[in-house]
Amino acid sequence: MTVLLSATNIAKYFGGIRALKDVSLTIKAGEIYGLIGPNGAGKTTFFNVITGLYPRDGGDIVFDGRPLHVDSPHEVTKAGIARTFQNIRLFAEMSALENVMVGRHLRSKGSVLGAVLRTPAVRAEEAAIKAKAMDLLAYVGIAAKAEVRAASLSYGDQRRLEIARALATEPKLLALDEPAAGMNATETAALRALIEKVRADGTSVLLIEHDVKLIMGLCDRVAVLDYGEKIAEDVPAVVQKDPRVVSAYLGVPYEQ
Amino acid sequence: MLLNKSPRIGIALIGIALAILPFLIGMSFGNAWIRMLDFALLYIMLALGLNIVVGFAGLLDLGYIAFYAVGAYIYALLASPHFGLHWPLWAILPVGALVAGVFGMLLGAPTLRLRGDYLAIVTLGFGEIIRIFLNNLNAPVNITNGPKGIAGIDPLAKSIEIFGYQLHSLYLIYYLFVALAVLIIVVTLRLENSRLGRAWVAIREDEIAAKACGINTRNVKLLAFALGASFGGVAGGLFAGFQQFVSPESFGLFESIMVLCMVVLGGMGNIPGVILGAVVLTVLPELFRHWAGPMQVALFGQTYIDPESMRLLLFGIALILVMRFRPMGLLPSARRKAELVEHA
Ligand SMILES: Nc1ncnc2c1ncn2[C@@H]1O[C@H](COP(=O)(O)OP(=O)(O)O)[C@@H](O)[C@H]1O
Ligand SMILES: [Mg+2]
Repeated sequence: MTVLLSATNIAKYFGGIRALKDVSLTIKAGEIYGLIGPNGAGKTTFFNVITGLYPRDGGDIVFDGRPLHVDSPHEVTKAGIARTFQNIRLFAEMSALENVMVGRHLRSKGSVLGAVLRTPAVRAEEAAIKAKAMDLLAYVGIAAKAEVRAASLSYGDQRRLEIARALATEPKLLALDEPAAGMNATETAALRALIEKVRADGTSVLLIEHDVKLIMGLCDRVAVLDYGEKIAEDVPAVVQKDPRVVSAYLGVPYEQ
Repeated sequence: MLLNKSPRIGIALIGIALAILPFLIGMSFGNAWIRMLDFALLYIMLALGLNIVVGFAGLLDLGYIAFYAVGAYIYALLASPHFGLHWPLWAILPVGALVAGVFGMLLGAPTLRLRGDYLAIVTLGFGEIIRIFLNNLNAPVNITNGPKGIAGIDPLAKSIEIFGYQLHSLYLIYYLFVALAVLIIVVTLRLENSRLGRAWVAIREDEIAAKACGINTRNVKLLAFALGASFGGVAGGLFAGFQQFVSPESFGLFESIMVLCMVVLGGMGNIPGVILGAVVLTVLPELFRHWAGPMQVALFGQTYIDPESMRLLLFGIALILVMRFRPMGLLPSARRKAELVEHA
């Protein structure tokens, strides 16, 4: 399989804290790649660095065969990485549909003049944006809530909406930061089916998750971060038995 | 409502109402009130421009009146004896809009990373800088004529005679302002429901998420500043031609706050709300000014409080009441209304 994302020696400091210490990992096209680790290990920071939200202090990123310019998040999204946030970030006052329509911004081009003159081209594009957004709401299973304000949606639906909005940018890699957090068992099962569907439809997935069962059942490969360092990377069955991983999670020193 | 069932009939009725309104008002109350009507229309245009920046994009701008000033001085310089230029209105307004738009970008560019209070303070400073420039650009080369201002500006319209009936210029100016206000309303409505309009609201709601959605927030914010400023520039030009006099005094911080109040009072981000806010805040203070004096005389036999200062007092009280009882404005946008109902 071809490599989709390769991050080499990524470093990030927050003052004295080394949040990421030379983290390297590669994600292959078509993969569901898990990123796990205890709280504060640096998983979210890794997302923030590769999506351009935080400038990195070292390392290189190659995405889809090209060096990734990570100084502006919208360029990263344009290159094909879309993400969700650990603490959901929706456009609260907008409807579910409008949220996804915003996600189409990048893949549409209506100009100021076009909007003011309402040219046929702009009207056609608006209709297409709306239709595509409706499709995506149906895809994640919340089409019935299209007109509901994002802030009034249930927690699980908000997570789905965030995924729909990210998919609207037509990513090659979908990065999900703890999408199952706060979900009950039924919702988690549905989420799992959704992630598998996304992959089947050709989008690779980078998944941060705490739910070990979900990770182990879903991911092709898993990397483990601990104190900003990658301590393991392999198929789930191997990672699960790695003594360093076990000790990182249980807080037992590795030597014993 | 009639408007929903048959939009064409609704629009026709509104058109007829707008056409005869100045005659009704002029005949019942006199020309001073048509003048006020004209001012209300001017403020509608101004407030709709600020609404793009504050209401849609969520960028608190306290220096907005600077763009009104730029538009007004452009008109004053191009159509007055000051430089001996007498450009026609249709040629000046686009220049005013363009120059004000450029000034909008000049303000926007350095403030892109600022939000909330910080942005408010920087924009406030920008507004004052423009005013101070206008005050001092009379030496070494006299451009603005300094604090004395520029007088003798070409009027927007002259009274004409139709079928032997003398039609006061205030009426013609009214129709000009209605036409331009309608144009600005249509442009704003179309922008609101466009790719750009959604991007503005997205930035207002969550800038980081907007970036993650692929929105180039820098460009989109600059566009908000530029477009909002260009509306202000158009309104400013009309103001100069209407008053036939401009001076830096008209463009102080209080004016900025007044326009901001129109946007907030009516319902931020909601176009009908902003229009209502502009009308209410133009008309109410005038009403107070007309009534406060005579009423005091009738009640107490003399005036204790100068009607002019009472006007500001009542203005403040009205704002406090609105913020207390209708925090989302007189006419909140549909979204915000839904939220209020849900929490009720
Ligand atoms: N914006 C920030 N400023 C300062 N420190 C931060 C910031 N973001 C994360 N950190 C620190 O970096 C470390 C990694 O955090 P994070 O990436 O959120 O961990 P995880 O997502 O794995 O739980 C933590 O020690 C956290 O306190
Ligand atoms: Mg995290």
